[in-house]
Amino acid sequence: MRIGIPGALFYFVYYPMWKVFFEELETEVITSGKTTREMVDNGVREALADACVPVKLFFGHAMALKDKVDQLFIPRIVCMNSKTVYCPKFLGLPDMIRHGLPDMPPVIDVRIDTRDKRFAALRAFMATGHMLKKSTPAVLGAYAKSRVTQMKFYRLLRSGFQPAEAIDMVFNRIKAKPVITTGQMTFAVVGYPYIINDQYISVDVVNKLRRMGINVLTPDNISPLSVAMQHYDSGKRMFWTFSDKVLRATRYFADRKNIDGIIHLSAFGCGPDSIVDRFIHMDNSRRSVPFMSLTIDEHSGEAGIGTRLEAFVDMVKRKKRGE
Amino acid sequence: MRKVSFPHMGESYRAFKMLLTDLGNEVVLPPRPSRRTLNLGVQHSPEFACFPLKIVMGNYLEVIDKGANLLVTSGGVGPCRAGLYAELHKKTLRELGHPVDIIVFEPPRLHPINFIRNVNRLNPARLSIKAIIECIKRGWRKLQALDNLEKISHIIRPEELHRGTTTRMYKKVLEWVDSAYTTNEIIEAEAAAVDEMNKIPRDHERLILNLGMVGEIYVLLEPASNLEIEEVLGNLGVRVERSMFLTGWTRDNTWKETTEGMTVKDAAHPYLPELIGGHGRDSIGHTILYAKRNFDGIVQLAPFTCIPEIVARTILNKVSHDYSIPVLTFFLDEQTGKAGMVTRLEAFVDLMRMKKMQAAKLKPA
Ligand code: SF4
Ligand code: SF4
Repeated sequence: MRIGIPGALFYFVYYPMWKVFFEELETEVITSGKTTREMVDNGVREALADACVPVKLFFGHAMALKDKVDQLFIPRIVCMNSKTVYCPKFLGLPDMIRHGLPDMPPVIDVRIDTRDKRFAALRAFMATGHMLKKSTPAVLGAYAKSRVTQMKFYRLLRSGFQPAEAIDMVFNRIKAKPVITTGQMTFAVVGYPYIINDQYISVDVVNKLRRMGINVLTPDNISPLSVAMQHYDSGKRMFWTFSDKVLRATRYFADRKNIDGIIHLSAFGCGPDSIVDRFIHMDNSRRSVPFMSLTIDEHSGEAGIGTRLEAFVDMVKRKKRGE
Repeated sequence: MRKVSFPHMGESYRAFKMLLTDLGNEVVLPPRPSRRTLNLGVQHSPEFACFPLKIVMGNYLEVIDKGANLLVTSGGVGPCRAGLYAELHKKTLRELGHPVDIIVFEPPRLHPINFIRNVNRLNPARLSIKAIIECIKRGWRKLQALDNLEKISHIIRPEELHRGTTTRMYKKVLEWVDSAYTTNEIIEAEAAAVDEMNKIPRDHERLILNLGMVGEIYVLLEPASNLEIEEVLGNLGVRVERSMFLTGWTRDNTWKETTEGMTVKDAAHPYLPELIGGHGRDSIGHTILYAKRNFDGIVQLAPFTCIPEIVARTILNKVSHDYSIPVLTFFLDEQTGKAGMVTRLEAFVDLMRMKKMQAAKLKPA
């Protein structure tokens, strides 16, 4: 039995856990890995033209796994914190893959909604394990192990690594070299993890900044508690999990003395971001941290983004010297 | 002086105007969305905001121009952007230097306190609770009458002998309902209007196509936002049945006509078992129910970048294939042109007609 996990969207949030869970149950895990040119082209061709870039990429990743696996693991993650839900596209993700692409392998689409029942995540993994005909103790054991790995992953994020790096470190035992250097400027790059960490569509903004001698922090690097403690006055709360996190994290960064600039990275065609970006702007108009939004799409060239980044960095440097 | 206004949505303003005036408010009527509305809205909204948000933004700016300073709207339920509209509107309008307030109505069943508090704010005439309920009932009855007439216009237009009679007549009888005030008057005006519409000379021999219309609520209900698509289709000989009306979308839609008596939710279940917000699941469920009733085609209307409708459209490909019913989708925004839409509709109608005639030929008489 080979289980496929597309290397997009939730990959950057839950891959360590999922991989360990299945491997503990003696199931081979195959991932589509890093985004390639071909995946982008396939996704753009097969997904609806009006879909957002990340969903198109997900289509491309799913297609790359089509003939290599027996089942695709695309859980329907509705709500994980009993408060906010995921963007409607996540809610319909398994259905879009199942009905929107021809000849796909069967999709495991267990539903996780912590508003329904207690221990919803555990229940979902139990159901998945039973689907694979594994005994309850075996599944429980695998679940426990997978949580341990996930914790390790979170610790790496807290210490300043980005998800893709942390995944590499967890599984390939690559020796960690520190990514935060003291004495440098620090920028916050805010946005959804599956946009920031997809090196192909984000044209590797994080490493570009690092090469310019800038420390980079993202919402993944702050503890959930600090995120939760931020308040923003948008009357109604953002009800999408990722968007809520981006707004709160931006607030957090904007209040830090050591943050020299904030960049909001958003995807072309993203519905929630149209509102998130506007709220960030409104929030930030009262603060003095330099801010820039960058919208990326499947054709955003290295050149264009690079130029804008450099201009922004120069502006911040000048401002800093002037003070 | 306090002046109240609200967003334009089809003909519903006629009922809202009456209700708000009864409660003692001075009302500024929202103009029908026009080019100018769109331009204003687009200029002051985020680029990728949904189309309805932009139109309503433009509409607000227009009524503010005419002196409105208290805006009334409905909040959204479910996980979609609509719930955040009011907040975004308020912030933007204040940034532009308009000190307006927005009253957001949430569904009374879920937020009874919010509902009562809001009604109180809109009741300078200090009517008693009983009188308020009376006014709401009358307003609702008027809305029903308006919806009814619209439905009838969809049925008659494709059969009219002389192009344009239905639209003209519909506009005329709307005014009758508009000027009716007591419940009895509303009922009488409605009956007279229905009679009058039925007198329109019709050609009963025509081959009429049946089309189901699904999609997002705002672009379905505001003809100005969908470039009067129902009228265009009617003129092409297509009877449109729309899946949503203001007075109909809250009730549980059990379709008696299907033998199974399925709900929209049940119908959608094999394809989309999750409520994804907006009206995505309804679009799928209604499409299936229309297919089961042997409709000839489906038109889906969605605002550009509408999240739930994008999910729905992706899945509708499969539904369309499984039930062999053609589906045409329009993602609408300020750049959608009428000429392009008409061309696509004409091609679609030809396709439906050919399919229907072939099926008729194949079927043993
Ligand atoms: S949040 Fe935006 S980018 Fe993410 S899936 Fe939804 S629409 Fe796409
Ligand atoms: S349903 Fe569509 S139009 Fe309505 S708020 Fe959501 S994305 Fe916007």
